Amino acid sequence: MPYAAGVDVGSTQTKAVIINEEKKIVARSLIDTGANVIKAAEKAYLLALNAEKLREEEIEYVVGTGYGRYKVTFGNTQVTEISCHGRGAITMFPGTQTVLDMGGQDTKAIRVNETGEIIDFCMNDKCAAGTGRFLGAASTALDIPIDKLGPTALTSQKPVRISTTCTVFAETEVLSWLGKGKKIQDILMGVHLSIASRSAALLRRVGINEEVTFTGGVAKNLGMVSVLNEKLGLKVNVSDDSPYMGALGAALFGLDHIFASRTPVLQGRTL
Amino acid sequence: MCPKPLENVTGRGARDGAALFKNWFSDLTETANADERAAYVYVMGSMAEVLRVFDMPMVFPEINSLQTAVRHVSLDYLNEAEDYGYSPDICGYVKADVSVQLQNGKHPLGRIPKPSIAVLTNACNTYLKWAEIWERMYSIPMFTLDIPATREAGHPSRPGEKQFEIDKQYVQGQIGELIETCENISAKKFDMNKLTEVLGYVNKMTRGWERILELNKSTPSLFNALTEGTIYLGVANAFRGTAAGAKFFTDLVEELEYKTAQGIGTLVDEKYRLCFIGVPCYPIFRRFNEMFSEWGGTFVTSTYLQFATGGMNLGFQYDLENPLESLAEGVLISVRDAMDSMFNPELSVLKMIDDFNLDGIIYHPIKSCRTVSTGLADNRRYIMENRDIPTLFVESDMMDPRVVSEAQMKNRIDAFFEGLSSRRARKIKAKDMEKI
Repeated sequence: MPYAAGVDVGSTQTKAVIINEEKKIVARSLIDTGANVIKAAEKAYLLALNAEKLREEEIEYVVGTGYGRYKVTFGNTQVTEISCHGRGAITMFPGTQTVLDMGGQDTKAIRVNETGEIIDFCMNDKCAAGTGRFLGAASTALDIPIDKLGPTALTSQKPVRISTTCTVFAETEVLSWLGKGKKIQDILMGVHLSIASRSAALLRRVGINEEVTFTGGVAKNLGMVSVLNEKLGLKVNVSDDSPYMGALGAALFGLDHIFASRTPVLQGRTL
Repeated sequence: MCPKPLENVTGRGARDGAALFKNWFSDLTETANADERAAYVYVMGSMAEVLRVFDMPMVFPEINSLQTAVRHVSLDYLNEAEDYGYSPDICGYVKADVSVQLQNGKHPLGRIPKPSIAVLTNACNTYLKWAEIWERMYSIPMFTLDIPATREAGHPSRPGEKQFEIDKQYVQGQIGELIETCENISAKKFDMNKLTEVLGYVNKMTRGWERILELNKSTPSLFNALTEGTIYLGVANAFRGTAAGAKFFTDLVEELEYKTAQGIGTLVDEKYRLCFIGVPCYPIFRRFNEMFSEWGGTFVTSTYLQFATGGMNLGFQYDLENPLESLAEGVLISVRDAMDSMFNPELSVLKMIDDFNLDGIIYHPIKSCRTVSTGLADNRRYIMENRDIPTLFVESDMMDPRVVSEAQMKNRIDAFFEGLSSRRARKIKAKDMEKI
């Protein structure tokens, strides 16, 4: 059975996904990107191969995506993560019309048609406000692990208003709210609401059409899912594989190449 | 009949344009070194027609500034102006020019003479505040030509209509004042015969400009509106109303007609025909274009070639029997159109989609110019709602490399072409299915 792989080298994390010809994920891996992007791509890929005890020769096509897509030196081609998240989202949730991809350093709003083709997209510019990095700054300032941010925020009764749009100043503002005696959960909910507001603005630029599928690492954050649902007035699609959506899309493009390269055969059929 | 082979004709426009530009800056350097002055003018309504009558050398500060970016030294100039007290949010062209003035005319292409007069129109609101800087620095006169704008978008008044005739008289009165001011500065009398000669040259250039824009509708396109087009644009401004400018455009039309006949395109493999809206990204001028040409994309047209020539695209021809009145009419029609193509690009773009057989439209809003950038998002939405054509919004600046992120830009451009590519594949597949 032929396999295709997608390796999504993001600014914060690198993800690898291997799929079979039925477009099902058979293996996945996720690691921190770190300073050596080439090594990160190789490691994520090898971890995914090892997870299912697959040999490299069994993978017919590898597609690199993400900011480090050109560093996937063993890849056959590269596709932007914008196209990959669109393709991944429409495959996992076929009713998807809009995709919100929230990663470590950028957030993208993507509008797709029924085939996953990109109709329009926009992303944050020159600044990490409204991205996972904003949550990272809050995590550092409040000394709370990333995976506890969402659940803690959801216990808030009276969220504060975070007014800064700068990730660097966000840390200062969080500390200033702490100094004023505000509860940690209220500050955290303020941070989540601030990010959700910026994401909603991005989504409005491409058009918020149901269904909206939430992808990227931050989609694992239940607090963010909750505030987005509230802010957008709908229920966003999320999956345990949301962080892998870019890599999945890349692997699906790889599968296209495999199918396109096959010689059509009639398999013995006649008129 | 095969066209007569022309020696070295392909690329002649770009070569000659570059040579003319080099000579122009040499002349400006000589003027500066002789401690003589020049008229400071802008691309949207330079009034070269009047200034040439008085033999006044002309400086285009917008062109000086963009040249610092093309030559990768704009940041030095911007920093100097910011250190002097100008805000990072002010127009990059203004700040680079302030820095040129602070450095006694020092410029990567030579030396820029000081101003004797500033001549401007209301086509850009920054022109006014910018010229006031020179007025304060050098105690020079500042002449503002107020061009009545189109009252209703898409419906400019036409010659013979009451509104148009009132506006024309208003402009003609101001031109009379400009002539008086120039007489005072230059100590020369106005010469109507010379004006007629200058208008004749402008007519040739304008006819040429209109023709080359028309010729680029061919497939493959003959020149890249962003790269080669900007060279042509520079000549159109700096040599407006001169014999050299008229010859350049006569030759250029010949070159492009030759290329049309020979089927010589600007790209070896033209895959996508694009329209550019806004002002170019000069800090990475070549690289910006490469990010499109790598995918087989070429800019076949732009609104920049309209507004930055002060509306030469309309091909207005002066009536040489009636020079002053015709000058007023031409300035009103052309500068008004420059404003319209800047503020309502959708009106010309909707037509360009069919005329140029466009595959996509690229919007390039820039941080330091609100005049051209405000409203582009609405314009894009309007186009997308009215026509089925992919568009890309890519933001940066025309001067400031600090807000130009090549990696982010490439990501967006690549995604745009991936979309164009899959869209084309889908359409081909649908056609094949129809055949079956």
